[in-house]
Amino acid sequence: MGLKMQGHHHLVAVSLNEQQLGAKRKYTSYVPRTNQGKYLVLWIIVFGFAAIHVYRCIDEGHQQRIQEGLVSMCDQRARMLQDQFSVCVNHVHALAVLVSTFHYYKNPSVIDQDTFAEYTARTAFERPLLSGVAYAQRVMNSEREDFESQHGGTIRTMANKEPSPHRDEYAPVIFSQETVSYLNLLDMMSGEEDRENILRARSTGKAVLTSPFKLLGSHHLGVVLTIPVYKSKLPPNASVRDRIEATAGYLGGAFDVESLVENLLGQLAGNQEIIVKVYDVTNTSDPLIMYGRQTQEGDQTRIHVSRLDFGDPFRKHQMTCRYLHKAPISWTAITTAFLGYVIVFLAGYMFYTGAIHIVQVEDDFHTMQQLKVRAEAADVAKSQFLATVSHEIRTPMNGILGMLALLLDTDLSSTQRDYAQTAQACGRALITLINEVLDRAKIEAGKLELEAVPFDLRSILDDVLSLFSEKSRNKGIELAVLVSDKVPQIVMGDSGRFRQVITNLVGNSVKFTEQGHIFVQVHLAEHSKAVQDAILETCMNGRSNGPQSKTLSGREAADDRNHWDKFKHLIADEEFPFQVLTSDGNFQDVNLMVSVEDTGIGIPLHAQELVFMPFMQADSSTSRHYGGTGIGLSISKCLVELMGGQISFISRPEIGSTFSFMAKFKRCEKNTVTDPKKSLYDDLPTSFKGMKATVVDTKPVRAAVTRYHLKRLGVLVEIVNSIKTAVSVSGSGQPDMILVEKDVWLSGDDLIPVSRPVSKSPKMILLATNITGGEFDKAKAAGFSDTLIMKPLRASMVAACLQQVLGTRKVEQGKVMANGSVYLRGLLCGRKILVVDDNRVNRRVAAGALKKFGAEVECADSGKAALDLLQIPHGFDACFMDIQMPEMDGFEATRRIRKVESMINEQQTSGSMDVCCNIRTTEWHLPILAMTADVIQATFEECQKSGMDGYVSKPFQEENLYQEVAKFFESKPATGS
Amino acid sequence: MNRLLSLLFQQGVLDEQFLQLQQLQDQTSPNFVSEVVTIYFHESEKQLRNLRNILLDREMWDYVKLGIHLNQLMGSSSSIGAKRVRNICAAFRTAVEQNNRSACMRALEVLEHEYCYLKNKLHELFQIEQQRVLGDAVRYPGVVHQQ
Repeated sequence: MGLKMQGHHHLVAVSLNEQQLGAKRKYTSYVPRTNQGKYLVLWIIVFGFAAIHVYRCIDEGHQQRIQEGLVSMCDQRARMLQDQFSVCVNHVHALAVLVSTFHYYKNPSVIDQDTFAEYTARTAFERPLLSGVAYAQRVMNSEREDFESQHGGTIRTMANKEPSPHRDEYAPVIFSQETVSYLNLLDMMSGEEDRENILRARSTGKAVLTSPFKLLGSHHLGVVLTIPVYKSKLPPNASVRDRIEATAGYLGGAFDVESLVENLLGQLAGNQEIIVKVYDVTNTSDPLIMYGRQTQEGDQTRIHVSRLDFGDPFRKHQMTCRYLHKAPISWTAITTAFLGYVIVFLAGYMFYTGAIHIVQVEDDFHTMQQLKVRAEAADVAKSQFLATVSHEIRTPMNGILGMLALLLDTDLSSTQRDYAQTAQACGRALITLINEVLDRAKIEAGKLELEAVPFDLRSILDDVLSLFSEKSRNKGIELAVLVSDKVPQIVMGDSGRFRQVITNLVGNSVKFTEQGHIFVQVHLAEHSKAVQDAILETCMNGRSNGPQSKTLSGREAADDRNHWDKFKHLIADEEFPFQVLTSDGNFQDVNLMVSVEDTGIGIPLHAQELVFMPFMQADSSTSRHYGGTGIGLSISKCLVELMGGQISFISRPEIGSTFSFMAKFKRCEKNTVTDPKKSLYDDLPTSFKGMKATVVDTKPVRAAVTRYHLKRLGVLVEIVNSIKTAVSVSGSGQPDMILVEKDVWLSGDDLIPVSRPVSKSPKMILLATNITGGEFDKAKAAGFSDTLIMKPLRASMVAACLQQVLGTRKVEQGKVMANGSVYLRGLLCGRKILVVDDNRVNRRVAAGALKKFGAEVECADSGKAALDLLQIPHGFDACFMDIQMPEMDGFEATRRIRKVESMINEQQTSGSMDVCCNIRTTEWHLPILAMTADVIQATFEECQKSGMDGYVSKPFQEENLYQEVAKFFESKPATGS
Repeated sequence: MNRLLSLLFQQGVLDEQFLQLQQLQDQTSPNFVSEVVTIYFHESEKQLRNLRNILLDREMWDYVKLGIHLNQLMGSSSSIGAKRVRNICAAFRTAVEQNNRSACMRALEVLEHEYCYLKNKLHELFQIEQQRVLGDAVRYPGVVHQQ
């Protein structure tokens, strides 16, 4: 149930984790998880546009400044041109006034050609733009004759200077500046532009201009200015007809626009930079160029147009300016924008890589989370697996154990019995081990509590040895155990844990040892320490001899202090000076020093620090060769520390390891344990008491082990070095048996007296670790016909063999048989027992089982019925209570029974002697035992809580039943008999 | 008889509990085993009937009751050592815990089948034993067969 709960807990934790995970993911979602590349490109493009925009902003100012320069230069030129032009026009106007005043208003005229020429020549500086001025008189066709005669020439056309054909009207030049004297008497009306000009001038009364054309007598483009001259003064609002009527002649001048502008521009600064063109745009669709080349040149992108007003409203002129060279590129703008862009680009790249990194880390994190969840799930699964598998193993193991128990009840030879017993013990150990595997989780959680029950150390060690006996025999390793005599028979402690540690250590040793020995020793810690000190002292004085043949098998062991020199002190009880002190000093505690010595491969020096780390083996090849998880030693360490001791080891590679640990146990007071001999001490037969045995062994340690086992059987032991010595002892000192080590016998000393007296000869017994068929035959021939004891030695096995040899078997057999069930019978006989179970079959079986042991059984099918039957006073000695029952379960029923009992008890103690007290003087307390199918700790605790005295597992097992019943029937005598 | 027993053991129909049961039979209660087994059959048939009724009751899914009956059957089966019946009961119970109706139906069918098998075999066993007891009684009149 605890396991289940834990599992549930795990699941909750897992789901919690997942929730947290989800929450975290939400928080981090502002980092784009995919398409970072696209975001980067978008970023680059956006900021590319931004950079271009910045560039444009900066460049616009620049361009504007350039444009402004152009505008101002262009306007300046236009204004100057216009001014100069109007100055000229004004002067021509003045000439017109002069002509009208002096030629027409005076009569006779005071102006002739010479006067005009001189005057104009002298005032030419006033008209820098005009190549020359001339005056043409209006002559009607009727007046032509008079005019021609008056001036002494004919009127000629401008085109070919021939005498003009007949026309309505003529405009021959009469006065001209010297520069244009070739115009004399040329009819101005004959030229297309001039005629148009004249007509327009006289109708408007203002100065008018022609469109540009090639001037006569020069190749320059030019325009002709014409101003009308009237005979009389005209009112300001005169009509066109009046004007035409009043027209006397026309004053004209030619503007040489090209040279004019050329001069003008030459006066101004910066005329190299710009190209100026002047257009006549009267006809907007076809602008006529007045100045500048027709070709397209200069900077086409930037242009400024300025209007020119030359005083003729009919004609429109404009000036266009361009830069000669393209405007220089604005480097500041470019560099600013570019550098900014580079910075932004780098920033973008940084963000990009950052985002990728973040996403990667997040993904990793997520993966880790998932792995973590999976690991936790695996952990849960592992626990469940362990629980399930151990349960599944337990079921068939129960079958095996049951069958073995049955087998043991049949008639077996001592060897068979031993095998079966071994198998049973091994099975039990296996079940314990399975439980221990389950307990590992508890150790890790720190929830392990040690129990304190009395147990027999020696039998536990024997059991452990028997577990490994098969293996060690196969390997040829000598496996031995020796417990010091001073160690009490029964100690209080956690036998299971102690067994676990020993099993682990011995198991390791067996695993890593190929030859030699494994030797388990148990001594009192104080004793061991004192001897140790004494030995050290002697060592300081000088080591006498080498360690050869001082150990169990003769091989060198890692802890060379542990050899015979020390050993003989340990086992020599009479020489121990501290004995009195320790036993008095601390009566309660027993500190045991346990050491497991092997001659295996040892632990490499570099791995020695890691030995107690969980899941660590010396190196990976170790697990390949020898298997195992490497958790055993760490568990052992935990357990030993829980037992109040510590574990340590000495190891030398290729020589062996010695693990030793100290553990604290409580001394068991004899009076508290009601039946220690029967329940705890393994039933060694006592029939050998007082017998004498001689052990022939050259190795003192090994001999001591043999003696230890024989001593436990009550046999007096003498150790000799050779068979000869053993055999030579005769008379009253002759031993009952002689035990010979195989290697002593094989070493040539096979002088067995064949002709010994048959009746009283000692039995010859061979001790061997392993033996071949040939050797066995030889041994039989040599006289070891009696028996062969295979090592490792165990007291019970030795006893079995001796029984066979000495013929005491029959008696013992009966005794052994009697042990369990007969004893139980004695306990239960005549007892009145109530069985409470709702299941009829179970009830019948339980009743049957109890009846078999002589008990008087009554049954109840529910908790209620049980309560009715148990109304005080009643005659029941015990009650077996099923836990799972409908309506009222076992716990509840027990609680009620206990309540009633305590009430009665109170009355008894407080009130005077009642009638009912005549029957019983003791307090009412009915032993109630729970019957349950699941034997787990939680249920057991529940049982105790509700006031039960113990529990038996269902279906009944004899031993279990016996143990529980023995607990409380032993102290009380049966009421019936 | 021993052959039949060992066959049943091999098949896993019975376990060592049955042997324990046999051990309980002695002079004072000569028909102990058959008595117990008869009770077992009687009870089990009742339980099986109940189980079937509950399962067939379409409207009500009373898994509490189902569990109680199953527990009873399981307890008595383990008491007489009917291992296979017991195991099927355990499987049945997990099906009930999972609320898996179809699995329950299947388990019930298997259970009934297994139960019939057990019943037949035990009857066979008792018959053989009966004959042997009779035979023994003929051969050694006055001596009651001892297990």
